[in-house]
Amino acid sequence: MSKPNSSDRLYSKDHEWVQSQADGSAVVGITDYAQEMLTDIVFVELPDVGRVVAKGEAMAVVESVKSVSDVYAPLGGEIIDVNRALEDKPELINSDAFGEGWIAKIQPADPEEMAALLSAVDYDALIQQEKH
Amino acid sequence: MDYCPHTQADTADMLLQAGVGRVEELFSDIPDKFRLKKIPDMPPALSEQETAALLKTIGARNRQPRLTLTGAGAYAHYIPAVVGHLVGRAEFYTAYTPYQAELSQGILQAIYEYQTMMARLTGMDVANASMYDGASAMAEAAVLCARISNRNKLLIARSVHPEYREVVGAYCRANGYELEEIPFGTAGQLDSFTVLNQIDDTVAAVILQSPNFFGCLEDVEQIAGSARAKGALLIAGFTDGTALGIVKPAGECGADFVVGEGQSFGNPLNYGGPYLGVFAAREKYLRRIPGRLAGRTVDKNGRPGYVLTLQTREQHIRREKATSNICSNEALCALAAGIYLAALGKNLRKLALLNVYKAQYLKSKLLQLPGWKDVFSAPGYNEFVVTCPDAQAVNEKLEQEGIIGGYELAPDYPELESALLFCATELVLKEDIDQIVRILK
Amino acid sequence: MELIFEKSKTGRCAADVPRSDVPEIALETLIDAKYLRDDLDLPEVSEIDLVRHYTNLSRRNFGVDMGFYPLGSCTMKYNPKVNETLAAQPEFTSLHPYAPDSFAQGNLQLLHTMQRLLGNIFGMAEFTLQPAAGAHGELTGVMMIKKYFEHKGEKRRLILIPDTAHGTNPASGALCGFETVTLRSNAEGGVDLDHLAELMTEDVAALMLTNPNTLGLFERNIEKVAQLVHEKGGLLYGDGANANAFLGKTRPGDLGFDVIQLNLHKTFSTPHGGGGPGSGPVGVSAKLVDFLPIPRIVRKGQEFHWSENFPLTIGRVRAFYGNFSVIVKAYAYIRSLGAEGLIRASEMAVLNANYIKERLKAHFELPYDRVCMHECVFSGRRQVAESGVHTTDMAKRLIDFGYHPPTIYFPLIVPEAIMIEPTETESKETLDRFCNAMIAIAREAKDNPQKVKDAPHYTPVSRLDEVLAARKPDVCWKKP
Repeated sequence: MSKPNSSDRLYSKDHEWVQSQADGSAVVGITDYAQEMLTDIVFVELPDVGRVVAKGEAMAVVESVKSVSDVYAPLGGEIIDVNRALEDKPELINSDAFGEGWIAKIQPADPEEMAALLSAVDYDALIQQEKH
Repeated sequence: MDYCPHTQADTADMLLQAGVGRVEELFSDIPDKFRLKKIPDMPPALSEQETAALLKTIGARNRQPRLTLTGAGAYAHYIPAVVGHLVGRAEFYTAYTPYQAELSQGILQAIYEYQTMMARLTGMDVANASMYDGASAMAEAAVLCARISNRNKLLIARSVHPEYREVVGAYCRANGYELEEIPFGTAGQLDSFTVLNQIDDTVAAVILQSPNFFGCLEDVEQIAGSARAKGALLIAGFTDGTALGIVKPAGECGADFVVGEGQSFGNPLNYGGPYLGVFAAREKYLRRIPGRLAGRTVDKNGRPGYVLTLQTREQHIRREKATSNICSNEALCALAAGIYLAALGKNLRKLALLNVYKAQYLKSKLLQLPGWKDVFSAPGYNEFVVTCPDAQAVNEKLEQEGIIGGYELAPDYPELESALLFCATELVLKEDIDQIVRILK
Repeated sequence: MELIFEKSKTGRCAADVPRSDVPEIALETLIDAKYLRDDLDLPEVSEIDLVRHYTNLSRRNFGVDMGFYPLGSCTMKYNPKVNETLAAQPEFTSLHPYAPDSFAQGNLQLLHTMQRLLGNIFGMAEFTLQPAAGAHGELTGVMMIKKYFEHKGEKRRLILIPDTAHGTNPASGALCGFETVTLRSNAEGGVDLDHLAELMTEDVAALMLTNPNTLGLFERNIEKVAQLVHEKGGLLYGDGANANAFLGKTRPGDLGFDVIQLNLHKTFSTPHGGGGPGSGPVGVSAKLVDFLPIPRIVRKGQEFHWSENFPLTIGRVRAFYGNFSVIVKAYAYIRSLGAEGLIRASEMAVLNANYIKERLKAHFELPYDRVCMHECVFSGRRQVAESGVHTTDMAKRLIDFGYHPPTIYFPLIVPEAIMIEPTETESKETLDRFCNAMIAIAREAKDNPQKVKDAPHYTPVSRLDEVLAARKPDVCWKKP
């Protein structure tokens, strides 16, 4: 059973989560459901700080032993910070996808893009659908 | 002889169980109009004895040289008997790729040991389980550097093996990268100022060989410095791997990748293959390098063991985004290299010294012949370039005596007219050299 | 087992070097110290230690000579001993690749004849033997496709690849700058013709097709497939990994393929060496001959010569001419079997696969239940649903029964795939024992699933921690 999807953040249909910060930036990671599907994560390729990504662009890569998945930017903007701890401990995504396993911090170019993301309830419904 | 164990009764019984009347029915998915009646122009089966006789006859059409004085990317060395015996164990050679680690600890550990030896010899952090040959290893390194650096031009020394330059060229063309040559200086080496001037901000990497195609050592450290100053990477190749018994490893000189031909390590000349592509890199590129990697880990009881690792780089998982399309490699040649190097150990240095002495002796004797001249002043290993009054005539004379002479450079290097590239390994004896000089007098 | 480095002791060696018979010169007077290494860190062991080390390693390895090896798509047939002996003759092994052609007439004749025989077997106009392995052959083939269109002045960006394809296909396409587009399979496991018709535009350079495909099924609509591709000016590329299915039964050239690559280490019995060397000849139809890699062999009367004089060539894909000694073994094999033996090889390979399919289909889900070619593909889905035992568990349990497991989790379109390729060199008794083991494991998966999940039980190591290996890669040993 994956951890519940909290209503303190928004979700993309590619299984990323986005949490707005007080300073206007947004922290991005992958959901607990996504990490469960990927199984043991062995490597995370982080984006360069300063890179500008468009919404939907592949910005990071997570690898398990036998699979590779792109992480898509749920919002367009500049990468202003990345979670360096994942370089040595990619397993943080497995143990705490919504917390210590965050991937990057984006300064959104267009805060309106947040509106297109899913609420926790909608995301729950999406993964229920995927399971069937 | 067809090696099928099926008796008529077996076949009948199996057809029955498979629910078909005739073997032909198993091929009914092939549309009738494409069904072959017989393979055209195909000779009938031979018994084992006849096959052996046929291959003997074909082999006898070759002329066995008494001595080979050509190197140029493939080297005649003595191979200790122990190498053939161990590589010839069917447990190794009749296995497929070690996909099932529990059944493949032997080859996996041997490859892990080989990788370690290659990293140590080249002065690099990591090495892979092998590439097809030295040329394709160099080409893959070139393509990789372009991807890593997001730059689309490669510079390659003209003192790199001409065929290697062509292979790198073919891989670059396929990928849309530009390949430009760097001229060599009068000493037979690259000149670091020339290199520095030629690098612009579109250059992904500088590619050289040391020893280079002329047998000369390059000042890898200086060239690496020039490359680094312009933000380019350095790919350092080598020709005869046994040189690494004495030559400073390119990894200690600042190379980012070291690639080369490992045939010299226990693999016969075999008229050009199978050979062994050595591929070594800095640790930071580990997840980007092509080919298989054997990695050490533990089993669920904590015992050390080996697996193919970082497979997400490879084509069967990453498909079109893979670092390379390589699948089969040259594992058995890598096994031979590991055994060869473990057999020699520190004697590799002694062997390398012997190669230097032989080449020096051959060169000194050839230079005593009237009209023969030394060409390059850079220090060298077991190959060297000389000019003589008529290169073709020299080789023809030697061939009459069953000796394969020097490699004629003019077709690849019009600027080196009448020049021959000679190689003398430990297999060339003093009396051979003295005789050669007598023949050529 | 200890590493060879851990067995090292300063002062030992297993190979000596002759004393110099020429003057020894102080190295520093010849080569400046800046070019020289200080330290040479290689293991130092005695000959008997060396022999025991590698002999004991070999005992921890499994090859065709040890037992049944039904690894799907890999054609692990018996590797005849005589071919090893013949390829090891000094006449073949000791010749330098730059030996003058006058020294190498035997080699050249062998290579030339091999090209012709392969041309006859597969119906292609000409072959190159240069590529070192199947994937290398693919790369060579795609390079030729690219050059072909460049020469025609056409710019085509795409290559179509079925969802059943080997990963090397998309990787080879990408290495030549093509974008790859996935082509769907239909319910029968063949090419979805509607999807092909939709995707096949004048922007498509080629369709890379494996026939029979990785489900072990022959493409019944091959004529229509070739027609759809050719109508738009595209080329049909054939991955010959599964060529063992149709020797003497049909020819890719006749089916409309423009380029094919073979794997001599699969179809033509050369040993795979624990990962290589292979050999990946590429055959082409008449319209692609000019683009073949150089050098090529030219025959003048009874004499053979290398020639580089082919202006449209793609160039070289490796140094020298190919994995010569592998080609010698494959040549000896083809001559041993002759026309009738090649046909019988494919017939018995296909019979063996169908026999296994019929014997096992009551026990494992068979997603495509029709006559198969040289291999059959099951799914372990039933066992997963019933007892949580996965395909990988059953594969590991097979090891306890003395078998190499089949290929698993491939092709990707079959969940929990089990891909079995018995080859023609296995007897009915071997197949029966193997099927009995598979059936016993299926039963065990129900009765004692933990036993299966914990397998293998009798190997030198149990299941290895691949996660640790990938998280903290250790690919070169460092002294503790």
